[in-house]
Amino acid sequence: MRRYLRPATFVLCLLPLAWLIARAFGVAGTSLGANPIDELQDRTGDWALRLLLITLCITPLVVTLRKPWLLALRRMLGLFAFAYLCLHFLNWLVLDQWLDLRAILADIAKRPYITVGFAAFLMLVPLAVTSTAGWMRRLGRRWHQLHRLIYPAAILGCVHFWWQVKADWREPLVYALVLALLLGWRVRRARIRRSAAAVPAR
Amino acid sequence: MRRTPQHTPRASEITPLDVYLDRRRLLAGLAGGLLGLAAPTTLRASQLRFTKNARLSTREAPNSFDDITTYNNFYEFGTDKDDPARLGGSFRPTPWSVAIAGEAEVTGKFTLEDILKPHPLEERIYRLRCVEAWSMVIPWIGIPLGDLLKRFRPTSRAKYVAFKTVMRPSEMPGQRYPVLDWPYLEGLRIDEAMHPLTILAVGLYGQTLPNQNGAPLRLVVPWKYGFKSIKSIVEIRFTERQPPTSWNISAPGEYGFYANVNPEVDHPRWSQAKERRIGGGVFSARQPTLMFNGYADQVAGLYRGMDLSRNY
Repeated sequence: MRRYLRPATFVLCLLPLAWLIARAFGVAGTSLGANPIDELQDRTGDWALRLLLITLCITPLVVTLRKPWLLALRRMLGLFAFAYLCLHFLNWLVLDQWLDLRAILADIAKRPYITVGFAAFLMLVPLAVTSTAGWMRRLGRRWHQLHRLIYPAAILGCVHFWWQVKADWREPLVYALVLALLLGWRVRRARIRRSAAAVPAR
Repeated sequence: MRRTPQHTPRASEITPLDVYLDRRRLLAGLAGGLLGLAAPTTLRASQLRFTKNARLSTREAPNSFDDITTYNNFYEFGTDKDDPARLGGSFRPTPWSVAIAGEAEVTGKFTLEDILKPHPLEERIYRLRCVEAWSMVIPWIGIPLGDLLKRFRPTSRAKYVAFKTVMRPSEMPGQRYPVLDWPYLEGLRIDEAMHPLTILAVGLYGQTLPNQNGAPLRLVVPWKYGFKSIKSIVEIRFTERQPPTSWNISAPGEYGFYANVNPEVDHPRWSQAKERRIGGGVFSARQPTLMFNGYADQVAGLYRGMDLSRNY
């Protein structure tokens, strides 16, 4: 079973993209709707954030369920989250803004939701680059420190979603609550570890 | 003298609007039915009789019926663009009545048929610019709002006109959540309401309005962001003071009372300088947004001397 876990995850992660491509080409009467550029923007953003949160689920699952083999999925999920984020970013640059550099820079500087979204993207670039075994070895302890950037990136991802909603905050709220739970678990674990490691004072 | 509110007729007593508006067509449909040709939707979306108002219509190509009826902001049915088309089916726009209230000589509750009867329908092909920076071109069928309002003889105290959308959580699933403070409210200054471009629409593409587009009666103010064009209207009230409006209540720093299309005044979170015309597919570039959505020649005078960046 475990043998198929990685290939199965790989295929599952490709399904949202396959679905978007099928809709873009009108397979079986489907379509991207009246505003395909916004639809691509929203759905790639959804999956970037979802996969980022799923990636953050792995460590808690490994620890609480004592299933270390789950760890093998973490890098793949993280890279898929980044891949969807790249599609999200590219769709904005190319189809939405037509590579109008002035408009793009103005939006990044002036629109807080774009500023934080762009910042999250920048934070995740080095994580994707250093995701290989070689980089893990070379960076050693610092690799773990560096990869904590996923936490602020995920927070900014949720803020990015929250700040563009007009009135219906239910969906971004769900993402924010899931993230709060995942980060809360880590904070609690760090506290427990610290107190366990603390040497009794004199 | 004020008229006392009429008794509200029972549902069974009221001729459905679409039947009323075009009995001949219905008869033709029934005749076709005898021949086995009638479409089953004859009664649900019936053809309207109207004249084309070319003078007040844009020559731009209208969006497809499909785009206009599947990409909607109508939060009463849900906040996704396809929710109104998906979830609007159980809404019953007939029978319908509208309350006319406030600072006018004639007030009361009127059936939609009574409201519309004296007014010939006309087609107006208008641009519609959403505050979310997308736009469409829509062939509305309707009547000038001003002609209708004059029938109720507003008094000199009528400085504004307030509109209210129907409240029916059982038929409008979006109203079950307090996304906005239901029912939806909108308002216009009386001179905006009386402007010849302002219409009450009962149809589009020659047919009665689909539920997702605001059946059976909605406002269309083409030089303002789409959210001003309130849908499924059940009350029209003449007021002395500026009436509260839903999006302004929800986020006063983002949505003003006027909400005139203005490429120079950005929404605090996004630019209003450009818009995406729906229907261009994946490779359509944004186009510049025009002052007052391209209706500046007709309406700029309404706002002479006003600071439009403060009165957004």
